[in-house]
Amino acid sequence: MSDTGATEFRVETGEALTYNVIPLLHEIRHGLARLLENDAATTIDLRSIPMAPGEEERIISVLGTGEVEAHMTAMGPSEIMETRFPGVWLVTHYNTENEVVGKFIEVCDMPQILKAQAEDIREGLAQLTAQLA
Amino acid sequence: MTETELLMWARGPALQVATVIFLLGVLVRILEILVLGRKASLAEARGSAVAGGLRTIVTRSIPDRGTLQRSTFNIVAGYIFHTGFFVVLFLFAPHILVFQDVLGFSWPSIPTQIIDATTIVTIIALLAVLAHRVRHRVMRFLSRFEDYLVWFVTILPLITGYFAFHRIGLTPPTLIAVHIISVELLMVVFPFTKLMHAFTLFMARYYNGAIAGYRGVNS
Amino acid sequence: MSNEKTLGEVLRQQGVTRRGFLKFCAATASMMALPPSMVPRIAAALEKARRPSVIWLSFQECTGCTESLTRSHSPTIEGLIFNTISLDYHHTLQAASGTHAELAREKAMQENFGNYILVVDGSIPTANPGYSTIAGISNLDMLQDTAKGAAAIVSVGTCAAYGGIPHASPDPTGAVAVTDIIKDKPIINVPGCPPIGVVITGVLSHYLTFGAIPELDALGRPLAFYGKSIHDRCYRRPFYDKGQFAETFDDEGAKLGWCLYKLGCKGPTTYNACATTKWNEGTSFPIESGHPCLGCSEPDFWDGGGFYKAISMPTGDITRTAVYAIGAGAAAGVALGAVNRARKKRAEKAHEKVTINDLEKDG
Repeated sequence: MSDTGATEFRVETGEALTYNVIPLLHEIRHGLARLLENDAATTIDLRSIPMAPGEEERIISVLGTGEVEAHMTAMGPSEIMETRFPGVWLVTHYNTENEVVGKFIEVCDMPQILKAQAEDIREGLAQLTAQLA
Repeated sequence: MTETELLMWARGPALQVATVIFLLGVLVRILEILVLGRKASLAEARGSAVAGGLRTIVTRSIPDRGTLQRSTFNIVAGYIFHTGFFVVLFLFAPHILVFQDVLGFSWPSIPTQIIDATTIVTIIALLAVLAHRVRHRVMRFLSRFEDYLVWFVTILPLITGYFAFHRIGLTPPTLIAVHIISVELLMVVFPFTKLMHAFTLFMARYYNGAIAGYRGVNS
Repeated sequence: MSNEKTLGEVLRQQGVTRRGFLKFCAATASMMALPPSMVPRIAAALEKARRPSVIWLSFQECTGCTESLTRSHSPTIEGLIFNTISLDYHHTLQAASGTHAELAREKAMQENFGNYILVVDGSIPTANPGYSTIAGISNLDMLQDTAKGAAAIVSVGTCAAYGGIPHASPDPTGAVAVTDIIKDKPIINVPGCPPIGVVITGVLSHYLTFGAIPELDALGRPLAFYGKSIHDRCYRRPFYDKGQFAETFDDEGAKLGWCLYKLGCKGPTTYNACATTKWNEGTSFPIESGHPCLGCSEPDFWDGGGFYKAISMPTGDITRTAVYAIGAGAAAGVALGAVNRARKKRAEKAHEKVTINDLEKDG
């Protein structure tokens, strides 16, 4: 995509088209309410929604950036970022060629993937024990 | 036969055959009337026959008060479904494309939501018309097979078109094929039934107007 | 040839942490168009899944399907599909050639009889089996032979699924689909010309994860990817509804991104994931790039009336037929009219009376 023609095009379609922005924000709002009431997490797969050109960028710019930004390297890089709404996280997974393999909005206190996993802890304990022995 | 093959058949050979039957039939019937001609009037012309004829074609569209009072339902329901039918047929974009392909020119379309609502109104009007025909003693007495056949081939494209647009029931290619075939059915039945009124009404109005106009009388 | 280890063991062997595995499952769920809530189930299933042997047969094809598949992956996430399946035979990707390659195929078939997945791309010629052969074996024979021990068959691309371009009129090779030849095995059709890369791997992943074929529609396509039409998911739909269409490829409407129905878009009759999953990791798809949908995941789309002719338009030359019909009608009408006049004159001369029968006769 390039220059003036594309810019006008984006402004036009962002306003007028699939109207994904508002419904999605409402879904996030409901998710936050659920999180407070029942401690229930919600995950939205952004790649499953038909977005018009520019809509995904609009949603992400509306959500903004918050206090936490985490960078993970496991089978390629991943970005986990809290948006300006606490509890609303943007999780983007890339493969080793920096291609997007997953893009999610997670409404939770912390995305599961950030937590250390029991298996890995066990593995690390075994390694540390071996090293100290 | 796969869905695509059915759709291709409906858009291709079936449409060719239906077009031939329709146009050939309509022309034969109109020309039969015209060639038979009328007896020349030997009286002196007191007005213009042509002007009277043309005028009546337009003015007969307005019902006179007596008829309106006696047959309110027929006239109102009739106008609703005819108007609705023409709006849907001539102002819906995919239909205009068909005409553009055949005639070589096109005209603007109107938003699809309006067409959608008009289709519903037209279908309701047609159902009301049938109900009236069946329940009214005299109409029921006068009605024969052809009257019901003609009603059926008129409402079928509206219903199949609505279903095709909203993807109800079958897969889209099949729904579109069924809709096109229902139109072809209408085309094939047309010249053999009272649907010919679509063309002959202009001739009838003209004749009446011409006769009166010749005598210098308003018809 | 296929590993006895489970996928979980394979990944751990390669140094993938549990966290990495969860990321892999999330990406796989997204790829399979499954909701994120299914990730725990997928993780549990993949953990225990065994590496199936996969034999890939290429018949009358252009290799576009393989290109689509390999272009969209890197050797970590989706590429693990290939590490976790044992791709025992593939013309373009394998290193072996000649008799060694065929021996590899036969060995894989023997060792995994009844359990391997057979992937086919390209159509099979039947007019003369000699039109397409591999190592002197006709496609027809190779397919029938290899299908015997297959657990399931995946027809990748419209050629294998429905005949594709070789099958298009006039079909000189008598090209047929896999489903026309094999009748006794579960077959998944993954059509598209080519299919979206992640759709191919998504289907393979599904089989890998759940050990069963996904839910299929009437044309044998996985509902997860082919359940909705392009039209139903198209972001230009509001323009269709409002009646705003592009008339040419470079008019104002086209620049404003209006609906491409009038330019021949087959979106309404085409089922695929293009409008949501898109191509090249969600970059774009034909309509978003300004070109009407060709309907490439539907049977006989090459013969579907032309890519630039709208669905509602007639396929033949109706104008010419109409002109001939009007001409013939005029001639017939005049002739019949003349006959009627003559008959009327004769009746008048003979002083015939008009009877009730004449009046009741329907015109």
